[in-house]
Amino acid sequence: MEVNERDPVTGRETTGHEWNGIKELDTPVPRGVLMFLIVTHIWAIAWWFFVPAWPLGTTYTKGLLGVDQRTTVEERVVEGQQERSVWMTRLESESYDAILADEALMQTVRGTGRQLFGDNCAACHGRDGRGRAGYPDLTDDDWLWGGGPELIEQTLRYGINTAHPDTRIAQMPAFGRDGMLERDQVRSVAAYVYSLSNPDYSTDENLERIEAGRDVFATTCAACHGENAEGKLEIGAPNLTDARWVYGGDLQTIIASVHGGRQGHMPTWDERMTDAEIRTLALYVHDLGTGQP
Amino acid sequence: MPELFHRKLERSAIGFVLAIIAAASVGGIVEIAPLFTIDETVEEAPDMRVYTPLELAGRNIYVREGCYACHSQMIRTLRDEVERYGPYSRAVESQYDRPMLWGSKRTGPDLARVGGKYSDFWHVAHLINPRDVVPESNMPAYAFLARTELRTNDLGEHLAAQQALGVPYTDEMVANAARDAYGQAFPDSEAASGVSERYGEATSVSAFDGVATRLTEMDALVAYLQVLGRLTDAAFRDTAATEQAPDAED
Repeated sequence: MEVNERDPVTGRETTGHEWNGIKELDTPVPRGVLMFLIVTHIWAIAWWFFVPAWPLGTTYTKGLLGVDQRTTVEERVVEGQQERSVWMTRLESESYDAILADEALMQTVRGTGRQLFGDNCAACHGRDGRGRAGYPDLTDDDWLWGGGPELIEQTLRYGINTAHPDTRIAQMPAFGRDGMLERDQVRSVAAYVYSLSNPDYSTDENLERIEAGRDVFATTCAACHGENAEGKLEIGAPNLTDARWVYGGDLQTIIASVHGGRQGHMPTWDERMTDAEIRTLALYVHDLGTGQP
Repeated sequence: MPELFHRKLERSAIGFVLAIIAAASVGGIVEIAPLFTIDETVEEAPDMRVYTPLELAGRNIYVREGCYACHSQMIRTLRDEVERYGPYSRAVESQYDRPMLWGSKRTGPDLARVGGKYSDFWHVAHLINPRDVVPESNMPAYAFLARTELRTNDLGEHLAAQQALGVPYTDEMVANAARDAYGQAFPDSEAASGVSERYGEATSVSAFDGVATRLTEMDALVAYLQVLGRLTDAAFRDTAATEQAPDAED
């Protein structure tokens, strides 16, 4: 095998390998590619000295630039907080009345609140805050627990029916399923409740049932929903006389609510958000509605 | 002279084989070597609990349905992620994840801290038809989960397999796996108390899918989703959790 044989046509050396008279040229790697490889290798080796690179058992080479992703992100987050601190501290410390009176600050609340709402609340209450079956509409003036910023803050912070020790609790029992009311009583009381917001339903035909339902309501439901069924904000019992419903106001849904009960769940945000974020959202949601207390 | 060096190397059979082995093992070494010191490099979280059998079953469903293809479980050390999802993920938080489900792509949002963010009711509605609650969602519907009975007869074996891999399940947990799975989804049943006994009081015992008469795959998946990011609060305790204002930490 002749190694240093030169190919007469190209003038290059061959590798000395031959297949059926064809010899392989020993063409070197193009200079440009080689240079590129060398430069990237030098770069890589230099970079080992500048950034964290090699594991050393329980530690690692830290690098001359002192780059650490954990401290970097912490600094960035603090930077962000500082950028926002001008109005964040005001939102944290000032009274709700003072903030509501400051139109410029409320503009910030509307902008930031919209972002926070979109990320955290919109999944249930909808991006526009109008809610859907099972999730209250936040844009109207009909509140379960009150629409003042302080009350909304409490709902946000501790949630409803959560595991938080300070949670708001609202449990509509399953009167039908758990046997507290007879099947017929469930239907009657549902008819009565339905008639409250649908006067047309009170026909002679239905009157007997509605009257029976009124009695059931007085003994069973009035304790929470009030004697005139207008609800109680302190205990989150909804007003049953208006046209606004959490789960639906048709007769069938009311029967289902009385039969199976309702235990809605609003998560607690106390640990998930900062004070300023919770207060911003409380104001945002208050502002979404008609501003009624 | 690179040419001469290469020629020499190429012509020494043993030397060339050794060179190939050295080059090819670099990839393996950088992945394997850190595992030798994993006990010293990963943070400790003594408060961390293991997945309950129901959550583990939910995790298996998560894997089976390929949820990880669109959802990551890894909050990176970037400001926007920390501000949106909470403290960045710590290694210790997935110490019982075998296999880990960090994921590498987000079509949907990150789920590392989704536990407790929404109600069970929402999760069920969302899994049955995502468009019902998030109109712009392009996630497939998983309504069949609510109709599919959860298979529990092999849950003990799943726990035993995890135990063999080093997850600290006790033999008692393995023996009661199926019973605990029922107990966690049926709060009023006798089996329910065993769950908090074995897995801690903070374990959520609830009729996850809203039906306390059947144990479905929906129960399992929702139980799993509701515990994501809540097995330990290591990430919040860490001094690094600067996004938590000090007064909000109590």
